[in-house]
Parts: sequence; C-alpha cells; structure tokens
Amino acid sequence: MRRRSGLLFVAPALILFGMFVLYPMVTAFSYAFFHWEGTTRGGFAGVQHFVTLFTKAPFRTDLPRALWHNVLFFLGTMLFQNTIGLAVATLLHRRPRTRRVLQTLYAMPYLVSPIVIGYLWTLLLSPTFGPVNQLLTAVGLDSWALPWLGDPDTALCVVILVSVWQWIGFPVLLYGAALGGVPEELSEAARVDGASHRQTFFRITLPLLVPAIGTVSVLTFIFAMEAFALPYAVGGSTGNPAGATAFISLLFYRTAFDSGATDAIGTSSALATLLFVVIFGGALAATAVLRRHDRRITG
Amino acid sequence: MSVIPAAIGGGRTLFGRPRSGERQAQRPMGGAMASLLLWGYAAVALVPLLLMVSSSFRTNAQLITDPLGAPWPLSVASYKEAWTVGNFASYFVNSLLVTCGAVALSTVVATMAAYALARGRSRVFRWLEALFLSGLMLPIHLAILPIFYLFDGLGLIDSRFGLALMYGASGVPFSIFVLTTFFRQLPGELEEAAQLDGASTWQTFSLIMVPMVRPALATVAVFRFVPIWNDFLFPLVLLRNEAKYTLPVGLTTFFGENATNYSAVFAGLVITTVPLILLFLLATRQIVAGLTAGMTK
Repeated sequence: MRRRSGLLFVAPALILFGMFVLYPMVTAFSYAFFHWEGTTRGGFAGVQHFVTLFTKAPFRTDLPRALWHNVLFFLGTMLFQNTIGLAVATLLHRRPRTRRVLQTLYAMPYLVSPIVIGYLWTLLLSPTFGPVNQLLTAVGLDSWALPWLGDPDTALCVVILVSVWQWIGFPVLLYGAALGGVPEELSEAARVDGASHRQTFFRITLPLLVPAIGTVSVLTFIFAMEAFALPYAVGGSTGNPAGATAFISLLFYRTAFDSGATDAIGTSSALATLLFVVIFGGALAATAVLRRHDRRITG
Repeated sequence: MSVIPAAIGGGRTLFGRPRSGERQAQRPMGGAMASLLLWGYAAVALVPLLLMVSSSFRTNAQLITDPLGAPWPLSVASYKEAWTVGNFASYFVNSLLVTCGAVALSTVVATMAAYALARGRSRVFRWLEALFLSGLMLPIHLAILPIFYLFDGLGLIDSRFGLALMYGASGVPFSIFVLTTFFRQLPGELEEAAQLDGASTWQTFSLIMVPMVRPALATVAVFRFVPIWNDFLFPLVLLRNEAKYTLPVGLTTFFGENATNYSAVFAGLVITTVPLILLFLLATRQIVAGLTAGMTK
C-alpha cells in the first residue's frame, strides 16, 4: 500500500482519537497546575492544589479515608476474587464438556452494568423486604438478618463481596487460559516421581501461573482504584452510610461537579492527577516485579 | 475492570477452538464433589439475576409479603409503569442510538486504519500503531474535566451525538489492536490479484479485505457494545436533559424517585440488562460460526 493512501485510511481514526482521547488526556494534567475561577483559567498555581488536598478541609480527612477504602477494596478483591477464581479455574480444568457452559454462566454477572448490580443488591439486601434477610430468618439465623448496606461497619464489606461476585468470571477465564498453557508433561513427570496432587499444584502449576496472577493483580488494582459506578449506586456520591463507601473517584466527582467551589476544577484535577500517578505507579511497579520473576523462570 | 483483557481472555476460551495439544485423558481434579461445587457456584452467580427477573414480574404487594414467591400469575404492570411513567422507553432508545452509533463509528474508522497499519511499509505506520495502542492503557475516565470543557466549547453538552463521538473515539485503540492482528494474518496474494485485475485500493479494501475479517468485526463490535451500554460517568456528566439520558443514568433518576416501588425498579433493571444478554447469546453463535467457517477454508 502506498504511503499517501495509507495515511488517508488512518486519518479518520487518528482525528477522532486525537481529539477526544489524546488531547483531553494530555491537557488533564495541566488543569491541576492553574488557578480557576469557575470555568475561566487564571494564573499558574504551581503545586498549590496538591497542597490543598493534603492540608485543607474536607480533603484532609476525606482523601485519606477514601484512599483507604480503595486500598481495602483492592485487598479484599484480591483475596476473594483471585483465590476463588483460581480454585474454580483449577477445578474446571480438564472438564472439556462442562467447562465452556460453566465459564459462560460465571461470566453472566459481568455483562451487567455495575449500576444495575448496585441497585439489585440494594434491593436484595433491603432490611424491610429483602429476600436475603428473609432467607436468613427462615433458616434460623435471625441474628444475621442485619441492615447490611445501612450499617457503616458492614457496608464496605458488602460492596467488596458484590464486586467479587460480579467479576469472578474474569479470573476464571484468564486462569483457565493460563492453565491450558501449562505443559501436561511437567505435572505428569512430577506425578511419576511420586509427588502428590497437592505438591504438583503448589510446586509445579502455581509457580508457572505467576505471570497470569500478576496480570490479574495489576488489572484488579487499576479496577479497584477507579471504582465508581458500583459505590455510586450503593451509597450515592457521598458514600452512604456515613461515608463508609466513599471512594476517591466519588470524592473527585463531588469536588468537580457538586461542590460549587470557585477553584473546583483545579482541586479536582489535582485529585485526578494524583489518582493517575497512583494507578500508573502501582501498575508499573507490579509489572517490573513480574518481569524479574519471568526472567528467573525462563532464564 | 477494563474489558480489554476480558475480551482477549474470552476470545481465547469462550469462543476459541480447543487447544490441539490438550490431553483429554487426564482426569479432572476433585471428582463428583468438585462438580457439585462448580454447579453450586453457577447457582450463586445466576440466582440473584434470576431473582431480578422473577421479581420484575410480580406486583409490589407480592414482593413485600413474600419476596421469594413464584412470579405467578405473571404481572407485567411493573414493565408498563417503568416503560411509560418511568421514561424507560426514551432511555432505551437513547442508549441504543448512542451505543450503536459509537460502535459503528469506531469499527468503521478502526477497520480502515487497521488495514493501512497492517499493510503499510513506511515507518510512519509503526509509529502511529504504537500511538493508538498506547490508548489501551489510558484511564479515559480521569480526563472527564477536559472532555467536559471540550464538549462545552464545541456545543456538544447534552448531545447524544457528542456522546457517541466520545465513545467512538475511546473504542479506537481496542478495535485497531484486534483488527490489525487479523489483517496481518491474511495472505497478500489476494490484494495483488485484485490489483492486477484493476481494482483501486479502496475497492480492494472494501470488496476483498473487509469481508475476510468479518468474524473479527463481530468480536470488536460485541466487546465494545457492552462497556458503552453500561457506562455511567460520561452520560452522568455530559447530559443534562432527562429526555436524553441513557439507561444507567435514567435508572439512577428512577431509583431516586421510586426507591420503594420495588417491582418497577426490578423491571427497570431487567430492561437495562436484557439487550446485553440477548447480544451475548446471539453473538456467541455468530462468532463461533465465523471461526469454524475460517477453519474449513
């Protein structure tokens, strides 16, 4: 293909992508370093907005709390989603007839909008008519029939578990693909040498799955840091009850679009920049660690 | 979570052919007990969704007295209410317009670009491909403020067309990523033959090459449809007028006003979800058909 006609073929995609993705992404950073009066840009502000985030109310208290919730969300998701996902994928392995059907069934919840999932569980867990509590009462677990999403002590846990429930099909698929790539000869050889099932799994299969586990961890991290729609549906933009489900992106949304402060754009852009740095830094660090592990296995 | 790797993982395991090296002789782990666990977990995944559907076919009074009862006799009153009083008719049409428009736009421009990137020999194309692929890693939601002001400047606030443009642009990296791989796998002889027969570059592309990547087009379209249909932040920020809301935003409005009208809310949740389930069931067959068609050639 000649260069000129090739460029004509690329042009529409490039214009669209440049205008609505690249340009906003690049300018997003600059917003954080200027003063803003409503929607008009003022003078250069340096790092003042970042200082505001750490020293002034409400950010001084809200930001660490929201960040802590994001971290808990990440750890909880890792703990449950990764272990259950890996266990399910391992059990599914070598079941060619049922694997595809079951993988499809597990994947169903993640087709559904997080907003729908949030409202669905709000209704299912409703203290007044929710079927979950009715069921708990029916089997004699009255003491467990709690207002799960109305109590600040349990709300975050429930959000994490609901998210795990929604996304579990994803690690199952990824680990399934990774398990398919582990050569059978290795575990066969281990079995011949007298290793038990357990030993074969932990000494042979699991170390070979580390790259896949790493990929899932990085994606889970990005996902957990960006969590927005599910907590919004469950607790609104303020993270009800009592800020128990407040996350960084909710704080960002409130600052940018609900606060009405004159410098809202500057502060919220600083918040977005901070979140971007956390996400990219975390993802890069994890990738570097994984590379090293990869080299150890292959080299 | 990003849908990109999910799509790749799904493409490989849900729709892919079985790996040729796989040994079926090995016994699965755990035996009958494991089967029970696996099917039990399938129930955990599905029962809440089934409960959502069955509750939507019952009246509010039934739901309050017996939340787990059977949806019999079927009542469609909640759907009527959500569809007309709750404005779900217009939310649904808006979602359909925005999503289909965006998917069509990004698929068309990405197919053209991917063809040039796969076939162009100049170094410019390597550089452009890297630029597009960098978009796979950009958390576009963090750029919502500049996007908001860009839309404000272009007069696109409160415009479904603007929203479709935005989603179309955000789908370009993933679509190019998948389609370039597909175009590279096609033999170059076809184009040479077409060119010898006097076809122009555009004719070769549209009449010979595009039909060959149809399975990839279906994959790209399906996997872009889902996140756009479900997206919440962009319509929340970029749309003002309730008549233009897409389903996820319309749903929050409806839930805010009808939090105690449980059966109507359930109906709204089902209306928002059904197109995705339908698409998934339809497309699974289509994509598998496309793959097997390619295998017999």
